[in-house]
Amino acid sequence: MLLKVKDLNVNYGVIHAIKDVSFEVEEGEIVALIGANGAGKTSTLHAISSLISSKSGEIIFDGKDISKMPAHKIVGLNLAQVPEGRRIFAQLSVEDNLEMGAFLRDDNKIEDDIQHIYSLFPRLEERKKQLAGTLSGGEQQMLAMGRALMSKPKLLLLDEPSMGLSPILVNEIFDIIKTINKEEGVTVLLVEQNASKALKIADKAYVLETGTITVSGKAADVANNSRVKEAYLG
Amino acid sequence: MDFINQIINGLSTGSMYALVAIGYTMVYGIGKMINFAHGEIIMASSYFALVGISSLGLPPVAAIALSVVLTAALGVITEKVAYKPLRGKGSLEVLITAIGVSYLLQNVFYLIFTSSGKTFPDIMPQGSFHLGGLHITYITLITLIISGVCTGVLLFFIHKTKMGKAMRAVSEDAGAAQLMGINVSSTISLAFAIGSGLGAVAGVIYGAKFSLINPYIGAMLGIKAFIAAVLGGIGSIPGAMVGGLMIGVAESLTISYISSDFSDAIVFGILILILLIKPAGLFGKNVREKV
Repeated sequence: MLLKVKDLNVNYGVIHAIKDVSFEVEEGEIVALIGANGAGKTSTLHAISSLISSKSGEIIFDGKDISKMPAHKIVGLNLAQVPEGRRIFAQLSVEDNLEMGAFLRDDNKIEDDIQHIYSLFPRLEERKKQLAGTLSGGEQQMLAMGRALMSKPKLLLLDEPSMGLSPILVNEIFDIIKTINKEEGVTVLLVEQNASKALKIADKAYVLETGTITVSGKAADVANNSRVKEAYLG
Repeated sequence: MDFINQIINGLSTGSMYALVAIGYTMVYGIGKMINFAHGEIIMASSYFALVGISSLGLPPVAAIALSVVLTAALGVITEKVAYKPLRGKGSLEVLITAIGVSYLLQNVFYLIFTSSGKTFPDIMPQGSFHLGGLHITYITLITLIISGVCTGVLLFFIHKTKMGKAMRAVSEDAGAAQLMGINVSSTISLAFAIGSGLGAVAGVIYGAKFSLINPYIGAMLGIKAFIAAVLGGIGSIPGAMVGGLMIGVAESLTISYISSDFSDAIVFGILILILLIKPAGLFGKNVREKV
């Protein structure tokens, strides 16, 4: 078990955003967390990364309870997040953004890994000296993913990677997620509003509704669930 | 020729303002707060250098180095003791605390050194030289050189080193920076250390230039540098540099062609004008979101 979330509760201001949420991610899987806007998907990922603090519950990553660990220490355990809205550093060059992804590393393979990211995302290499803020939305998403991969994660949390992208780019991003999972061996926890796409590439899926998990199981079974079909795949 | 001479004098004073303004702007960019006690921290730096030279008998360079280290430490301690507990609170609480820190520092130095001015030793070569039709004092020239070197080193640090890039990352998006493993708290401390250390250089230049220091010199120096930071666009380091130089030149030209009585009024007038015309300042950030 790579990640185990047990009875997680998160308050967001006065709102009880996450209520007793439990789920598990096995090594090598793509797990999709789907649900409507405001269901608590992003809050769940933020609680895992400690960007917000959880009220109660356990978050066990690689055998360690990380629920009380400060955010800047978590990536050092090889758990990276690509946040919603990419949040790349617009005033830094593409290459500097990738360097920031490797902030905690002090090995001598960083330069090789930057080259490897360029082989995954050739468009980033063409633009490596440009300020990241000048990239298109799709390129920014690639940069955000490349930046997270620079930390050599075992588990990658992806928050709405397809948001705001054209249909062609959405397909491209989902292909890249598959590549990252199958060829790079990175386990993926994917939060998506685009439920049909997410369920197609996922092994397992959880449906989050107003802070509670209502449906869970193999992605194919979740996709065939009549409630899910009606609410998210219509 | 006199006009060019006054511009050079203005650039020299302005480069001192710029060193102070960088401290405001770095702390604002990274900690999202205005450290209104920055001027008093610089006042302290003048006294540190004075004690180093007059009481400890250190050579000027060693005294300046001592002052830079002590002032950087004072900046970091101020942040840890006064501002860190307020993180996440409103800007009004931080403002009131900063004013409190200002008065505290002024009064501590008043108690130790009394309110009467202390003569600052002549650590720079006195006199002047002629270049073409220009008449330039050594202090003017040395001030320009020291400020230029300090800002050059700072620019190299924030653009070319990993820690410098991390500081810019925090200034843009502290949450995303944490996801990279960057410790935001220590980055804020570093911003205070660098800002205060550069301020110490300005504090020593101030002492050498005006030969007299008292516990209240930080107030006016601080507010002028703050105006320079706002003029350049608070949060922007190149903005602080350009803003500082412009304030220095405006002051110098006012003193020579209008009246020295008006120089402060002109500087404050500039603040009012920027706030009316371009509140974001000359280099103020106007980042557009891309989808």
